[in-house]
Amino acid sequence: MTEYIENNNVIEIKLLSKSFGKKEILKNISLSLKKGETLSVLGKSGVGKTVLIKCIAGLIQADSGTINVLGKNIITLKSKELLAIRQKVGFLFQGGALYDSMSVRENLLFPANRNLNLTNKLKIQEQIEETLENVGLIDAIDKMPSELSGGMKKRIALARTLILKPEIILFDEPTMGLDPITSKEISNLILKTQKTYNTSSIIITHDINCVQLTSNRINILKDGIIYANGTYNELKNSKDEWIKSFLK
Amino acid sequence: MPENNKSIYKSIKEFLFEIGDLSKFIRVFFRETFRKPFEFNEFFNQSYEIGYRSLGLVGITGFILGLVLTQQTRPVLVDFGALAWLPGMISLSIVRELGPVITALICAGKISSRIGAELGSMQVTEQIDAMEVSGTNPTKYLVSTRVLAATIMVPLLVIYSDALALVGSYIAANIDGDISIHLFFSEAFAVLDFNDIIPAIIKTLFFGFGIGIIGCYKGYRTQKGTKGVGLAANSAVVISSIAIFIIDLIAVQLQQIINIF
Repeated sequence: MTEYIENNNVIEIKLLSKSFGKKEILKNISLSLKKGETLSVLGKSGVGKTVLIKCIAGLIQADSGTINVLGKNIITLKSKELLAIRQKVGFLFQGGALYDSMSVRENLLFPANRNLNLTNKLKIQEQIEETLENVGLIDAIDKMPSELSGGMKKRIALARTLILKPEIILFDEPTMGLDPITSKEISNLILKTQKTYNTSSIIITHDINCVQLTSNRINILKDGIIYANGTYNELKNSKDEWIKSFLK
Repeated sequence: MPENNKSIYKSIKEFLFEIGDLSKFIRVFFRETFRKPFEFNEFFNQSYEIGYRSLGLVGITGFILGLVLTQQTRPVLVDFGALAWLPGMISLSIVRELGPVITALICAGKISSRIGAELGSMQVTEQIDAMEVSGTNPTKYLVSTRVLAATIMVPLLVIYSDALALVGSYIAANIDGDISIHLFFSEAFAVLDFNDIIPAIIKTLFFGFGIGIIGCYKGYRTQKGTKGVGLAANSAVVISSIAIFIIDLIAVQLQQIINIF
């Protein structure tokens, strides 16, 4: 905990390994995320990017290493402590993962009711409306997820994450499957929410425009290790052809 | 190792793995269910979905069961000059065996498949993970509520189905003959005692638990996208139907042993 306050790292991963059967996906990975920073993780499909952020969220149990999130090693945390940490770590899933049996309002109400210490129902409703306004979808408040487009689903999923006012947000392919205009809108929205809510983020993506717009730093995963680390410009000017090909 | 033996070995290994995994799942269910906070709202919601929404189907099948059973049995009893035994014989077979097993099988088809498909689609669209990262315990919210609702609702549905089966039986008895409602039900209930009713209700609690837990387990372990959801729903029905017969077999053997003492 003290270390976290001193070095200002909200996430600090050391020697993280994860295998599925005989296949080693992550090999002794170490990375860190500073407060207020946005880190993009790039890499080929199936290289383990999603596994990495699911390990950070505690959705996948790592085989070895440490994952310090806000000063606590989530690998050794008990379920109650993990629950408390999770309230501070938002996760935006690839497909949005909206609860399809609930309306947009209920999707936001569900985590709000359980995690926010707001006894006043009116106050919760106000907060839901404010969050939806921030993502520009207040008009969709009573719609069902099946009535929303892909971009709208991502925005609502972001609103559902933001309602708990997380300190960290993990984005799993936030622009995947969207047209270039909607992708840009989502990237701008990520940037806007980072400023409004003062969050630190890890973004898993293949979208270089999104990386350019939102990220302070980039890590490239290859064969289970962090192959390259640096800013967009540093990596773009790299002599390594493979790295360059990624940022085209 | 020959190819055939290899595939048998693989099947046995997968079966044992599944049994172990299901046991682990049941252990987690018991660990989480009786810890605070309790999800009462979702439990009542599931009880409504599982119980109230099954009334029509269970009622119709129960009624037809009683009606057909009576019509099929009546000629045999007439041949033996034992028509007076008809209400008692029908009520005994319905309350002790046919009512619980047939109703549980109907519930396996309706409830277990619904739970399997629902949780399966939530699993493949990452809704369960989303629940977990937003600070909700999905085992408590999704599994405990559904399993408890099934455990409580299936016995109630069996009692309801038994009652309608007796009504169906009374109507069938009056199609070919003439028996007063008072006489029919007096004869039907005269042969029943606690040894018939209580064990039958107790085993339906286990039927309900089996239907709920297998539906949840299959849904929770769904993989491979939409194809996996179909497989989860399908295998939830198949496995819970087999489980019903196994539980029934064990319950009958236990009852026999208890009756000896």
